Amino acid sequence: MIWKEVLIRYGELSTKGRNKTEFIHRLRDNIRNTFKEISPLKIHTERDRMHIQIDNNEQMEVLMDKLPKVFGIQSFSPVAVCDKTMDAMKSLALEIMDDFREKEITFKVEVRRSDKTFPFETHEIQREIGGAVLSHFQNLSVQVKKPDVELRIEVRNDAIYMMAQIIKGAGGMPVGSNGKSLLMLSGGIDSPVAGYMMMKRGVRLEAIHFFSPPYTSQNSLQKVKVLANELSKFGYKIRLHVIPFTDIQVLIKDRVPENTIMTTTRRMMMKIADKVREEIGALGIVTGESLGQVASQTLESLTAINDVTSTPVLRPLIGYDKLEIINIAEEIGTYETSIEPYEDCCTIFTPANPKTKPKVDKIKHYESFTDFDELIEKAVRNRELYIFPMMKPKEDKFEGLL
Amino acid sequence: MIYFDNSATTKPNNEVLNTFIKVNEEFYANPASIHEAGMDANTLLDRARNQVAQLFNTEEKCVIFTAGGTESNNFAIFGVSKANTHKGKHIITTEIEHASILEAVKSLEKEGFEVDYLRVDQSGVISLDELKAKIRKDTVLVSIMHVNNEIGAIQPIEEAAQIIHENSRAIFHVDAVQSFGKLPIRFNGEKGPDLITVSGHKIHALKGSGVIAFRQKMNIIPFILGGGQEFGLRSGTVAVPQAVAFAKAARIAIENLDSNQSKYKKWHQDLIKFLSGFDDNIHILSTESGAGHILSFSVKDLKGEVLINALQERGIIVSTSSACSSKQKKTSHVVSALNIDPKFKNGVIRLSFGAFNTNKEIEKFKEEFTIVMQELKGVNQL
Repeated sequence: MIWKEVLIRYGELSTKGRNKTEFIHRLRDNIRNTFKEISPLKIHTERDRMHIQIDNNEQMEVLMDKLPKVFGIQSFSPVAVCDKTMDAMKSLALEIMDDFREKEITFKVEVRRSDKTFPFETHEIQREIGGAVLSHFQNLSVQVKKPDVELRIEVRNDAIYMMAQIIKGAGGMPVGSNGKSLLMLSGGIDSPVAGYMMMKRGVRLEAIHFFSPPYTSQNSLQKVKVLANELSKFGYKIRLHVIPFTDIQVLIKDRVPENTIMTTTRRMMMKIADKVREEIGALGIVTGESLGQVASQTLESLTAINDVTSTPVLRPLIGYDKLEIINIAEEIGTYETSIEPYEDCCTIFTPANPKTKPKVDKIKHYESFTDFDELIEKAVRNRELYIFPMMKPKEDKFEGLL
Repeated sequence: MIYFDNSATTKPNNEVLNTFIKVNEEFYANPASIHEAGMDANTLLDRARNQVAQLFNTEEKCVIFTAGGTESNNFAIFGVSKANTHKGKHIITTEIEHASILEAVKSLEKEGFEVDYLRVDQSGVISLDELKAKIRKDTVLVSIMHVNNEIGAIQPIEEAAQIIHENSRAIFHVDAVQSFGKLPIRFNGEKGPDLITVSGHKIHALKGSGVIAFRQKMNIIPFILGGGQEFGLRSGTVAVPQAVAFAKAARIAIENLDSNQSKYKKWHQDLIKFLSGFDDNIHILSTESGAGHILSFSVKDLKGEVLINALQERGIIVSTSSACSSKQKKTSHVVSALNIDPKFKNGVIRLSFGAFNTNKEIEKFKEEFTIVMQELKGVNQL
């Protein structure tokens, strides 16, 4: 194998001043975490870039497969090495440029000569290597100003390093560099996308889900677990808190007028989420709400629901259209799971005509006759905890059948 | 019993049977049900579909489980033709197709479709020039079998695909019932078919199972209507055990394709040499360039039925050229198409090999056949 390392260029964090070192370390740790299966990885960090040393084919394959998902990376390139002779450089250059054999493209040779004792001057290397590449590939031509591909050659003390391909990264910031928040994960299309967008901005997530058996089935819970697991692939482990919500939902149905059930239910969820948030030391609550999408997502409803807490409620999808959200869900691989047709706790007991413009005062008045706090405490206390990525794959009950 | 009638049907593989039984015992729920048992059955069905899709080089949504080859062929002929009448009503097929193609296009002819039947040469192969000449702007479907069930002739699928795709917008269907697992057949962009038919019981799976697969999503009008199973293209509760058994048999068939192919080829060549020893008493319809697992030949002035009975008494099962039509008295349409000497027309028998046949059985056949020839015709091998 010709590949010796992967060079990583940082995303936005290149521009950040004081916190830069911390961000770089965070990215390094996230990479280590993501690539546990091929550990230990030798990672060397610099101000503007990071080098991961490659020792075998498997490492290379796994890196190429998963690096595009890790936030905080602007782009990355596989880097090859060879001996410090002109012949070795030429043959390596041909091997690398072979990746571009398919299309008509322009290129140039860029040389960085850190080893000043190397017998060939920069322009000599450019001429020799450029000539060799040109005469070998009919589809390539030289373009110095704005080439499609830059063949970069670095003459370092130990060897020659060479690269051409630049693969786009996920951008954003390393997960964890912007604190921790609690995601309200329903199992629908929107909430995983909201979680993804916050992770992209460097937020570390825990998730909370409200479970109301027997009104909602094990399947709907399983679906939420799958979604949490999908999200955990973007660079950081995710803890999922499952709240037993049946008792509270039944009580709400008994005690408030039918057309305010939905608003009160949301308010109780928010209260519970806020308590869990406090316990785990998260700073905000993330929801997948998008303005006007359903009755609970009008500005009036949001106001009434938000009324129970002063914690920042982050709604990254608030200005998105449903179709835009679906597009992202498809891109990040949560859509197929999200559309599996199971009841979630938001759809049971939903009245035919919920209030789209609830008044906070009235809602508070209706709720004032019932003591919900005790049940809320109990629900928070009795929550179940799951950690993703799932450590070992579930036993295959279809083994041998196919 | 030596069973040389594998092109009529095969004995199910034991592993496949075990799968079938286990799925019936444990995952018998309706895959469309929302309870957990239904979910499990559905997950298993998805896995089977995924496995089949990979073997065909297509996507899961392009694999439909059917009740067998005939249904798959009907699905292709009716489904594609009727969905494309806005483009035209012209169909091309060959004169040696299986009845499930020929009868289907005949019924379309009555509805106003125009059908051209490609002729075959002495070895049972179509002419690509004729195909090219027959293709028209309004051709909507071309259906060509990969390997002929009666004589084993192999049609040039790849070349035909290129001609069809370069010269028309027609959909290309390949009946691969006799070739799947014996010769490579899968989707390959413009260089391959658009639809493929496979039958389960021809590949050591169960009767009543089959697949119609397509290269990409296409316009198809289903003819079995109901609950909208199989992406709305084939209603009816999906037979999960059959589907899973099919997927397993298909995997095993593809895994063993190379070794089986060379085995069949060897027997094929060996027996052609052996039969040639009877000189002009025997006419061999199959050619060396045909598929290895099918060998058809005819004994002069002897009814096929007589030969079959004589061999059966000696524990060897062979058939007349096609099991489906073997009870009919008239000469098969394939044999007629080959235009052979009338003296050989009524005596065609077919040996067809399967994964469980052995070298020993081939030797045994040679011995017994020599005796039969002596008894019935009074001739010895040269």
